[in-house]
Amino acid sequence: MFSRPATETQITHGRRLWLYVLGGLVILFLVLPSLLVIPLSFSDSRYLAFPPPSWSTRWYGAYFGAVEWRDATRTSLVAATLTMVISTVLGTLAAYGLHTAQSRFARAVYATYMLPLIVPGILIAIGIFLLFARLGLNNTMTGIVLAHSVMAVPLVVITVASGLKGYDMNQEMVARSLGASRLWAFLTVTLPQLKISVISAALLAFITSLDEVVISLFIAGGENATLTRRMFNALRDEIDPTIAAISTLLILLSVVLLGLTQLLQRSPR
Amino acid sequence: MTVSTGGSANLGAYRVAERRERWLLQSLVVPGLALIGLIALAPIGWLFWMSVQGSSGFTLDHYQRLLDESYLRTLKTTFELSILVTVLSIALGYPLAYLISQARPRLAALLMLLVLFPVWTSLLVRCYAWLVLLQRRGVVNSWLQDMGIIDAPLKLMHNFTGTTIGMLHIMLPFMILPLYASMRSIDRDYMRAAANLGASPVRAFWQVFVPLSLPGLFAGIIIVFVLCLGFYVTPALLGGGRVYMWSMQIERNVTYYADWGAASALGVVLLALTLGILWAVGRLIGFDRIVGGK
Repeated sequence: MFSRPATETQITHGRRLWLYVLGGLVILFLVLPSLLVIPLSFSDSRYLAFPPPSWSTRWYGAYFGAVEWRDATRTSLVAATLTMVISTVLGTLAAYGLHTAQSRFARAVYATYMLPLIVPGILIAIGIFLLFARLGLNNTMTGIVLAHSVMAVPLVVITVASGLKGYDMNQEMVARSLGASRLWAFLTVTLPQLKISVISAALLAFITSLDEVVISLFIAGGENATLTRRMFNALRDEIDPTIAAISTLLILLSVVLLGLTQLLQRSPR
Repeated sequence: MTVSTGGSANLGAYRVAERRERWLLQSLVVPGLALIGLIALAPIGWLFWMSVQGSSGFTLDHYQRLLDESYLRTLKTTFELSILVTVLSIALGYPLAYLISQARPRLAALLMLLVLFPVWTSLLVRCYAWLVLLQRRGVVNSWLQDMGIIDAPLKLMHNFTGTTIGMLHIMLPFMILPLYASMRSIDRDYMRAAANLGASPVRAFWQVFVPLSLPGLFAGIIIVFVLCLGFYVTPALLGGGRVYMWSMQIERNVTYYADWGAASALGVVLLALTLGILWAVGRLIGFDRIVGGK
């Protein structure tokens, strides 16, 4: 098979063998490091040698047994859920408004929505830290959710807007000509067809909040320390194997969420 | 409102209703704008103001201090690392994006899933993975020693090498995604035509394929470079305090010295650099092409 042509230009598979090897290595480079953490999390040793000398679930015990980790996990999950709800609503409204109103300012408004993705995270973080210090919102759940929503809304807008691009607005007009109000037409005709984009956007918002590190380092301390903040501080000091257990659980979560979005995209509308 | 007066009044009422609805639709963007404006943008304006405020009113002292040697060294490190990571991500990302764009749809979908997997995996998990792999007695060192390639463990983390590897791992998907998007839209007939006209595969690739993939390449370069400039987490963990990035200087000025003047001046410079690069490239190749390539 190596002598068969591989492309339109008749180059053979054999002559491109090095390219396949390189591509394979790059894929391994991308995927393997995170996956190696999974077997390591079941190691019995503190020193994270691979393969582990003997197996145990002691690091999972250490994670589930420690109050600080449990509290941090709860804070993160609550914050991610609230962020998901707020940013999905705000982002979907904005995407719909931008799509339908055809305002002169649409480009400027869209660009403003994208700013949190463009402005360096550290700058947003110290800005919010400064603001929240005045408002007394540092180390509160309200503060964390507001800050995380700022980071998640742009992603929701992008995702829902791309869904709207593939949607035929005339369907909504038909519903309205049959007597439905704009809101009713949106809720019963448009939204069900945008379901996939909206759910993908919501999952993305959830993950964004759950993974957010830099802002949380500044504004999520004390009782409301997030999981990422605790992990970051733990990693700065030493390479604690408990984090291998947490990482495995987080990888599992991201595989499930990524799989979910892929399934949604494949299922017929 | 009387209906019986006929068309013109009806039309008037319709116009009013239409205007009201447009106004209503436009107002849908307001809540999100308010959130972003108040929480993210207003404080940045405040930082801007603080960067030109001294004990006695307006001053440019904070900016003048940025010319200190220590700050310049940070700036140099930041640029060196960002450029190196961008170049490496092209070197590794371009071949892979090319292969995926040429693969059959099913295989391509699977490979893209593998490229996306790291993006969906927590940033800290990936940093942790590299810390485990690269540490003195870590997986990489012990394998290299077992295979007899090295005698003593290499110093792979808490330095420039480790930071580069970690950042490359984070940035690579952001190079591959726009590259793949633009390569996939290249009509394969162009390559066939080039072959028919007698171009060797290598020549067809360089003279036809590569130029057509440039929008995606530019988009990737900008995304990766700009993200690198402001990157904090990975350099802070894998650099172990020895690799000093611009963003870490900002963090240190706030948390250790509570020096808001210096921190905000550093922040303003970082923002200006970021927006400046985006603006310049946007002017050069059109911003829609960058966003579209994403």
